[in-house]
Amino acid sequence: MAVTREDVLHVAALARLRLQEDEVERFTHQLNDILSHMEVLGTLDLEGVEAIDAATEWVAPLRADEVAPDPLSVPPSELAPSWRDGFFTVPRLAALDVSELDEAFEDKAVAPSKGRAEPEELAGGGK
Amino acid sequence: MSVHMRSLREIADDVKGGRVAAVDVVRSALDVIEREDRGPNGLNAFITVDRSAAEACAAAADVKRDSEGETPLLGVPVAVKDNICTLDLPTTCASRILEGYRSPFEATVIRKLREAGAVVVGKTNLDEFAMGSSTENSAFGPTRNPFDRNRVPGGSSGGSAAAVAAGMVPAALGSETGGSVRQPASFCGVVGIKPTYGRVSRYGLVAFASSLDQIGTFGRTVEDAARLLEVISGHDPFDSTTANRPAPDLTSGLYDGVEGLVVGVPKEYFPAELDERLASLCREAIERLRAAGAVIREISLPHTHYAIPTYYILAPAEASSNLARFDGVHYGVRAPGAASTAAVYEESRSIGFGAEVKRRIMLGTYALSAGYHDQYYGRAQRVRALIARDFRRVFDDGVDVIFTPTTPTVAFRIGERIDDPYQMYLADIFTVTANLAGIPGISIPIGEVDGLPAGGQFLADRWDEATMVRAAAALERALKE
Repeated sequence: MAVTREDVLHVAALARLRLQEDEVERFTHQLNDILSHMEVLGTLDLEGVEAIDAATEWVAPLRADEVAPDPLSVPPSELAPSWRDGFFTVPRLAALDVSELDEAFEDKAVAPSKGRAEPEELAGGGK
Repeated sequence: MSVHMRSLREIADDVKGGRVAAVDVVRSALDVIEREDRGPNGLNAFITVDRSAAEACAAAADVKRDSEGETPLLGVPVAVKDNICTLDLPTTCASRILEGYRSPFEATVIRKLREAGAVVVGKTNLDEFAMGSSTENSAFGPTRNPFDRNRVPGGSSGGSAAAVAAGMVPAALGSETGGSVRQPASFCGVVGIKPTYGRVSRYGLVAFASSLDQIGTFGRTVEDAARLLEVISGHDPFDSTTANRPAPDLTSGLYDGVEGLVVGVPKEYFPAELDERLASLCREAIERLRAAGAVIREISLPHTHYAIPTYYILAPAEASSNLARFDGVHYGVRAPGAASTAAVYEESRSIGFGAEVKRRIMLGTYALSAGYHDQYYGRAQRVRALIARDFRRVFDDGVDVIFTPTTPTVAFRIGERIDDPYQMYLADIFTVTANLAGIPGISIPIGEVDGLPAGGQFLADRWDEATMVRAAAALERALKE
């Protein structure tokens, strides 16, 4: 069962990777090669064999559910590529296009919020 | 011998006793690093070395000399693989995607090192996100093998192994998912230990495959690697997969010998295609163990053959999930000018990750995707159970430790396998089984082939590192005689 070029593009989309043309070609070839070595697993009779992972042989110890002080030495705002008013900022989602949003608000009979940031403003934030 | 390359115990005793200053020990290590690590033919074992931070830390260790607390590593310079989070130094995972990242918290093992009086002198090179067997997949260039600078040091903890082998530091931390401590230890002629899964906290170890990852130790002797492991072991409330057991005593019975110990030798680890000179070194090691009083028993671990395919489904599958967090939004690198959120994810990941990381994310995503999940991931999880059962049966039958070669070959040339991923994966063939079964393993030098170090491996039952290091120490002594 061969991995096709379309499979590679589909998997790349799932994995949020944008591949160059030469990468698509190389990965198609390499995934086929690697997976051909995996087929040996299909020869085993696994009737009645339960799956395990390494952590299942003991029960994780319980502890009191107490809120401890934040262990971070610096806040996320200092790590994020773009941050404003307590939020990670990203370019505007296509699904939140202004007209669609207004329609959605109208459906619920709620007035559109005022002072929504413009796309450029949100996208351009950062430290 | 340099003041920083004596045993960990001697260094700590002398610093504690005021016979040598920690600052001098650490400077001695830094001097060797400066001399050996940079330049066109340098080893490139380190990604980051901060001389002034290390000296300040050493000065603090000197102040600690008169304190009451236990400081078994007082003044000992230690190198740390750069996928373990530190506050003072950047943590890169050898990846472009973490450019400029500084962890906002430190790993539990780093806290334990600090409390024991050790001084972290720098962060060592690795295959990006610990994915590789040669330390060639690094955004900071490959590490070279100190025995032959045209060869790889193994991987993924190649920087830590090379740093110890080259006399830069007496001990180092690495991490293992499928052999990434034992395999480079073998290629560089040093000792490397992978403890039982759950023995050492993974808090602050950047996750690759969470059901397999475990931090391990390097030293020039079994005793040093074991002593370092004692310090970093133990339950941690920040990692729910650590077992609620006290840190083990690995050193007080270390030299008790192997009289009466049952050493299993699995035939599956000595295939016909194994390099004859490596096989012969292993046979010699087995004879030394027998001469020292061990009972040698041939055993079978029949599912060994399935370990590489199983591992290279499970580890990439877990990786594809763990590495989803590198998205250009929360920290690290963001691709400039991306027009949508989806584009931020895709472009940041595409410029940030190297080829092997992308390959494993693709492989893992494929193995988990609709229509293939049962065929690949589900099946591999069940084969993993069979591999663990093989070990269970052998240990229940009275075998105390298992002895095998650590690797099927000695160190290969830089560039030799980089274009053939599956050939590269086969470098882990004798080590991945321990990770899949969650048991501990150790690699020690057993001789040389063509001037390159060869490693022998001991495996033991879960939580029985003490017997494992005792057997390894006995062989280490016997080979010196």
